[in-house]
Amino acid sequence: MSDGANILSVENLKVEFDNHVILNGISFDIKRDDTLAIIGPNGAGKSVLFRALLGLIPYFGKITWAADAKIGYVPQKLSVAKDLPLTVNEFLKFKEKSDQKIHEVLEEVGFQKEANHVHNDARVLKTRMGDLSGGEMQRVLIAYALLNNPNILLFDEPTAGVDVAGEETIYSLIHKLQAKADLTIIFISHELQVVNKYANNVLCLNREMVCFGPPQTAIDREILNKMYGEEVHLYKHHDHDH
Amino acid sequence: MTTNILFLLFIGAMVGAVSAYLGSFMVLKRMSLVGDALSHVALPGIAIALTFGINPMIGALTALLIATFGIWYLSEHSEVYPEALVGVFFTASLSLGLLLTPEPDLLEALFGNIDKVTMFDGAFVIIGAIIIFVTTYAISKNLLLGVVSEDLAKSQKINIGKINLIYLVLVALVVALGVKFLGTLLTGAMVIIPAVTAKNLAKSIQNYHLVSVIIGIISSVAGILIAKSFGISSGPAVVLTAVTLFAFSYLFKLK
Repeated sequence: MSDGANILSVENLKVEFDNHVILNGISFDIKRDDTLAIIGPNGAGKSVLFRALLGLIPYFGKITWAADAKIGYVPQKLSVAKDLPLTVNEFLKFKEKSDQKIHEVLEEVGFQKEANHVHNDARVLKTRMGDLSGGEMQRVLIAYALLNNPNILLFDEPTAGVDVAGEETIYSLIHKLQAKADLTIIFISHELQVVNKYANNVLCLNREMVCFGPPQTAIDREILNKMYGEEVHLYKHHDHDH
Repeated sequence: MTTNILFLLFIGAMVGAVSAYLGSFMVLKRMSLVGDALSHVALPGIAIALTFGINPMIGALTALLIATFGIWYLSEHSEVYPEALVGVFFTASLSLGLLLTPEPDLLEALFGNIDKVTMFDGAFVIIGAIIIFVTTYAISKNLLLGVVSEDLAKSQKINIGKINLIYLVLVALVVALGVKFLGTLLTGAMVIIPAVTAKNLAKSIQNYHLVSVIIGIISSVAGILIAKSFGISSGPAVVLTAVTLFAFSYLFKLK
């Protein structure tokens, strides 16, 4: 089945909780270096699909990762107890001993080396996890995922709980990561503009697979209606205006 | 006499240090009640050991290990919350223990008696403490990652179920080490109080573990000395010393 070009292949995936079918009949392949967006309404099973891909929950069907697949996972809105006395440095050290490598990934996710900058890495490293802002937390989680040089990144709603400015930063960060050689990105999103802008494939989910393919051709009004109901309008024209 | 008190202080400090270190993870895992409830499970074990003339620590450890595996198995394989399970184990074993323990020994089993700590108990504590320190340190990274996010830990192929089982077994062992000294009702206190005190003071994880251990040692040593000078029972003296330190740390946090 896997011909070397595919980093992931999913066949007939089905997930059930307490005899409720959460996902059914999901089949798709992802090529190396692709960026896949997974979209769908609340309760469509997007996070469940991720959890199945990561092997966190039982499922039926077949999920085949390439033999050399190395996954970095960025969970959705991690809620760390405010009083957890764990600093960012100690957290990143769970995965990487070398200070230099930690500085490198922090720079990659946009923390500056200069000490006078607000988002400088020395300050961030000393900060407790619970004291980070939503945007900082997200970037620290991305940095954590990037340690150990993964070739697949899974982002679960990368901008959940992040303000508008932070959202910009995170998507431009994802965009920057796309340029990396041999890095496949799969992200969950509910923003169609973002999907059009960054993904070269989209998977529409509403418990079943409603569409799969390049966003320009895969998403049309009929598909949107199928996923969200009649009242949702196309966002696509938005991009053409600019 | 002086050698005896030094020996007791040393063993007390060991128990204080190791309970606090292990407890510092328990507080972060939001399992504080588990330690407390588990300590009560020791009672029927102690009772049976006393009846058959075996060392009560061994009886306690056996009962604790059975309960630990029970709780772990059910929490992995059923939908009932571990806390609810612990509540069931706790009340069941406390009742059973009260019925089984011979009356003259009951007070000692419940609140401990440091003067009854023997050389054998001392050796048991020292070996147990070393095992707990080394094993806990070895799994500390995975334990903490599980506190941050179990999904994240599992996505790195860390077997959280196994880590939790090892951790619970260590908790059972630490409670067994403490029962002679503090009794089944108070052992849980030394697992929790130094850790919550340290949490009020700590700026980082390393700092937090260190402060927990120091507070555990200070509470034990000061508590035993106070008990000896005033001729009062050592278990409550140790626990109240720890509580006093907690009160101070809380004031420090408010500032």
